[in-house]
Amino acid sequence: MAKKLAEHNPGRKIFSSKIATTVVWFVTIIWTVPTLGLLVTSFKGNKAILEQAWWVSLLHPNFTLANYKGVFLGDGTESLSAGVLPYFINSIVITLPATIFPIAIATMAAYALAWIRFRGSNFLFFSIFALQVVPLQMALIPLLLLFTGGAHIGSIAIFPALGIAGKFAGIWLPHTMFALPLAIYLLHNFIAGLPRDLMEAAYVDGANHFKVFRTIVLPLAVPGIASIAIFQFLWVWNDLLVALTFASGTEEVAPVNSKLASLVGQYGSGYTQLSAGAFITIAIPLIVFFSLQRYFVRGLLAGSVK
Amino acid sequence: MKRKGLVALVGAAALSLVASLVTTTSATAAVNCDPYAGYKMMKGKTVTIFTSILEPELTTLNTAMADFQSCTGIKIKIEGSNQFEALLPVRVKGGNAPDLAWIPQPGLLAKLVDTGKVIPAPKAVVANVDKYWSKSWKAYGTVKGKFYAAPFGSNMKSLVWYSPKQFKTNGYEVPSTWEQMTALADKMAAKGQTAFCGGIGSGGATGWPATDWVEQMVLREYGSDVYNGWVNHSVKFSDPKIVAAMEKVAGWMQNPKWVGNVKGIATTSFQDAGKGIPTGKCMMLQQASFYGNIIADTGATIAPTGDAFAFYLPATNSKVTVPVVGGGEFTAAFSARPEVQAVQAYLSSATFATSRVQLDHWISANSGVPLAAYKDPVDKLAATYLANPKSTFGFDASDLMPAAVGAGAEWKEFTAWFGEGKSIADVVKAIDAAWPKS
Amino acid sequence: MASSALKLQTQSIIEKGESGMSGFLTTNVPKFTSAFSAIAIFFIVLGLLFTIAGRANGKKARPIALIIFLGPALVLLLAGVVIPGVRTILFSFMNPDSNGWVGLANYQWMLEDPNVKIIMINTILWILVVPLFTAALGLLLAVMLDRIKHESIPKSLLFMPMAISFVGASIIFKFVYEYNEPGDVQIGLLSAVVKFFGLTPSDWMLSKPLNTFLLMIIYVWTQMGFGMVILSAAIKGVPADIVEASALDGASGWRLFRNITFPMVKGTFIVVLATGVVGALKVFDIVRTMTGGNFSTNVLANEMYSQTFVQFDQGKGSALAVVLFALVAPILIYNIRSLRKERTH
Repeated sequence: MAKKLAEHNPGRKIFSSKIATTVVWFVTIIWTVPTLGLLVTSFKGNKAILEQAWWVSLLHPNFTLANYKGVFLGDGTESLSAGVLPYFINSIVITLPATIFPIAIATMAAYALAWIRFRGSNFLFFSIFALQVVPLQMALIPLLLLFTGGAHIGSIAIFPALGIAGKFAGIWLPHTMFALPLAIYLLHNFIAGLPRDLMEAAYVDGANHFKVFRTIVLPLAVPGIASIAIFQFLWVWNDLLVALTFASGTEEVAPVNSKLASLVGQYGSGYTQLSAGAFITIAIPLIVFFSLQRYFVRGLLAGSVK
Repeated sequence: MKRKGLVALVGAAALSLVASLVTTTSATAAVNCDPYAGYKMMKGKTVTIFTSILEPELTTLNTAMADFQSCTGIKIKIEGSNQFEALLPVRVKGGNAPDLAWIPQPGLLAKLVDTGKVIPAPKAVVANVDKYWSKSWKAYGTVKGKFYAAPFGSNMKSLVWYSPKQFKTNGYEVPSTWEQMTALADKMAAKGQTAFCGGIGSGGATGWPATDWVEQMVLREYGSDVYNGWVNHSVKFSDPKIVAAMEKVAGWMQNPKWVGNVKGIATTSFQDAGKGIPTGKCMMLQQASFYGNIIADTGATIAPTGDAFAFYLPATNSKVTVPVVGGGEFTAAFSARPEVQAVQAYLSSATFATSRVQLDHWISANSGVPLAAYKDPVDKLAATYLANPKSTFGFDASDLMPAAVGAGAEWKEFTAWFGEGKSIADVVKAIDAAWPKS
Repeated sequence: MASSALKLQTQSIIEKGESGMSGFLTTNVPKFTSAFSAIAIFFIVLGLLFTIAGRANGKKARPIALIIFLGPALVLLLAGVVIPGVRTILFSFMNPDSNGWVGLANYQWMLEDPNVKIIMINTILWILVVPLFTAALGLLLAVMLDRIKHESIPKSLLFMPMAISFVGASIIFKFVYEYNEPGDVQIGLLSAVVKFFGLTPSDWMLSKPLNTFLLMIIYVWTQMGFGMVILSAAIKGVPADIVEASALDGASGWRLFRNITFPMVKGTFIVVLATGVVGALKVFDIVRTMTGGNFSTNVLANEMYSQTFVQFDQGKGSALAVVLFALVAPILIYNIRSLRKERTH
């Protein structure tokens, strides 16, 4: 596709593609080598891991599937429920809503800040940007108290005790909250950059904000939304702290990361299952990325008036 | 009609045959509920336990508690996390506390009691503790005069791991005095071997094995009074006695002749440190009884004539008899529901302790556990020392001290002591400065 | 008799089935239903709001639109971020258990404690070096990726580290930075490479200040994909005809990039940079796992975590967090300035 574009626009070459190809592949190889090490390690036994460098193992393979078996089936009990699968499912159940909710809310807020004129719009936007810096750890206890006890002024409850601590909703909500500052900031960047004339034309035509949002903004902002959705997905997928604090570490609710952390063994010496588990948990986010990344390749605004 | 009846008869016979087979399968799981006669049936109730213990021990614990669960109908759910010490206070303060928690630090227990969310131990537990544990063990679970938490499991830290096979090949004998041990180390050094393995790396907890070495020395040199004074800060780190003990540790674990690269100890994880023992890469490692799990991971057999075993870290001062440093967990409750209290009572009983000991790799200071129940030779050795009434016992000091020191300054400063060559004088000064002024 | 035998049989099978496939499905399928119903309810409510509010016209239209578009975000931010933030600032003036005031004592501790000096130096190093390097590299790669065939393969590979959780990243880099005694087999890649070139590897995590930069490399490795992806989307948004027009005018290569491409993606570049600074300020997992914060590698966020959750001193932890807030101010101001130019259209 890039080639087609280049053919159409011979002047578009900034760097000749030979240099670009070399540089890109060189960096890519360096970037991938460490992960390759993990892959190789996940097929080795404990002793081999410590005594033989992984690149040497490529030449003198002594591989085993035991690590992966242990990760999927659990040690000794050999049942699907004992391995990582329930935790995998938990991760998906936690991550999907925790990605969709904040992205939807943030897109709406970003649109409002970008295209609805109101007093204090700038101030509000910069404040939201500044909120990115509030460390998540500081919010754990107050939020947990809010969920289990509700908020009161005196004896009047301004927020009911939702009792969702320990359930999936208790994890979706904090993730949604913490994601907003960055998501709004990034989405604002995309949405504010939409073609002004297009938007003005729609307003003049009598469309209200809801219509413009639905029919113009959303379709055009898809690449931006997709990119940020991926980041949010990854962030929630790889999170451990929020899930452990607001729910628990048991297989009803715990994400795959918590199982991964415990694979390290009681005394932290088991690189075997940990390597295999780490590699498995990369799989889903990569699938998500592969399926959504075509949105980045398409240049939707190419050619439109800016 | 007749044929239908025949078919029905054959069918019923076949079904009952299958049913009998099936019922036999479940019948072989027949449980002896006699030991649990004292507990009420509470079917359908669940009790949650939060702990720092991970797999595979969690599975073993579940197995040990299986009979109790089926006899009383209570379901016990254990959750293990390596972020236990950070997560438990958050959950407790946030209103999301577990029913029970196995807390390895009496200092942490005291902090949680301050939140007002810990329930004092019920009568049945108090009775068990008075019956099976010494007064000092009960004291560790007592905060401000009220007793909260019965001891759960224990570990013994005054051990030195070595390889009997390597010793045999080299003609070494297990030392029984400190002088014999140092002489042995010299012999090993002369042969070009690394006498002592060392590793204090442990992520955010890097430095804790070094605190163990200093604790061993303080207890050995000075006995309980000074040790306890050190714990409550009436004996400061900069006290000449503590400084002298640290200097003795420096002459031991920071002696390049015996340990090789001193600074490397700070970046070697404590787990990796002793993995070279079976192959003779290094000869002796001072570590706790639980280290056996880690060595076993390398495929080594743990036996008095096997690839790995442990001997008692010798005393240094004849005035202090059989000094033993150890640790353990304590069962604290955040709920007073009857099923929770039933589980608490069960956990403090000799029945539970014995059934868990029999499943291996676990030590209890519960005097109701017969020593014969221990199968692992190192566990048995450790349990013997813990049960010895003549021993001078000291609970791991860094677990008793306030967290700012025991989980903060001590770790940091001792790591700098090993990894950056920081002077003992600077180290003790910094630790004393970090002691909370309350 | 036959029916009771059947009942017994099925009951035992069900009991046995708890650990089998059927048990697996019964416990896990409901999880999906709860997730999907939550998502469905969310969009239904949203759809309803849009339809109902969309009918409003005239003077009320704008305030209603504001409430619906901004309302949810503001409420969630207030509860989840603002209130805890204010609470943190208050706690920074209180004692470890946050039940008594101590004035500026925690801040004084920060000024006096020698460890805190190291922390501040490291943190500033992190925010100066890492975002710039990461964003620049991301930009370079985004530009180059636009020029090559089959760009999705290297792009995905370069992005992959972002998908690796940090537990995974620390194991991966254990096998890069591992140091073994000179006589032993080197299982760390860096040590082996150094040895290959005839030099002696050192204990990397102990070597100051190299160790801080080695830790930064881990962070750059995982985060570069973020900037690369966002800048790549922005570059592809540069209209092709503008580029073609200036190319016909004679501009090419570096001049084209400097005069046409970069100005058009400058806004996005600043966004990536600013996000990178905030990310670098919050770094703590990497430092915690690789060195525990020892050997002069400690950073603000790690110490904040230690103080609050390991040493149970909420006063000091909160004071450190407040300094973290303060450090973001310069980037905030810079961002405000450049965004103000953009927002005045």
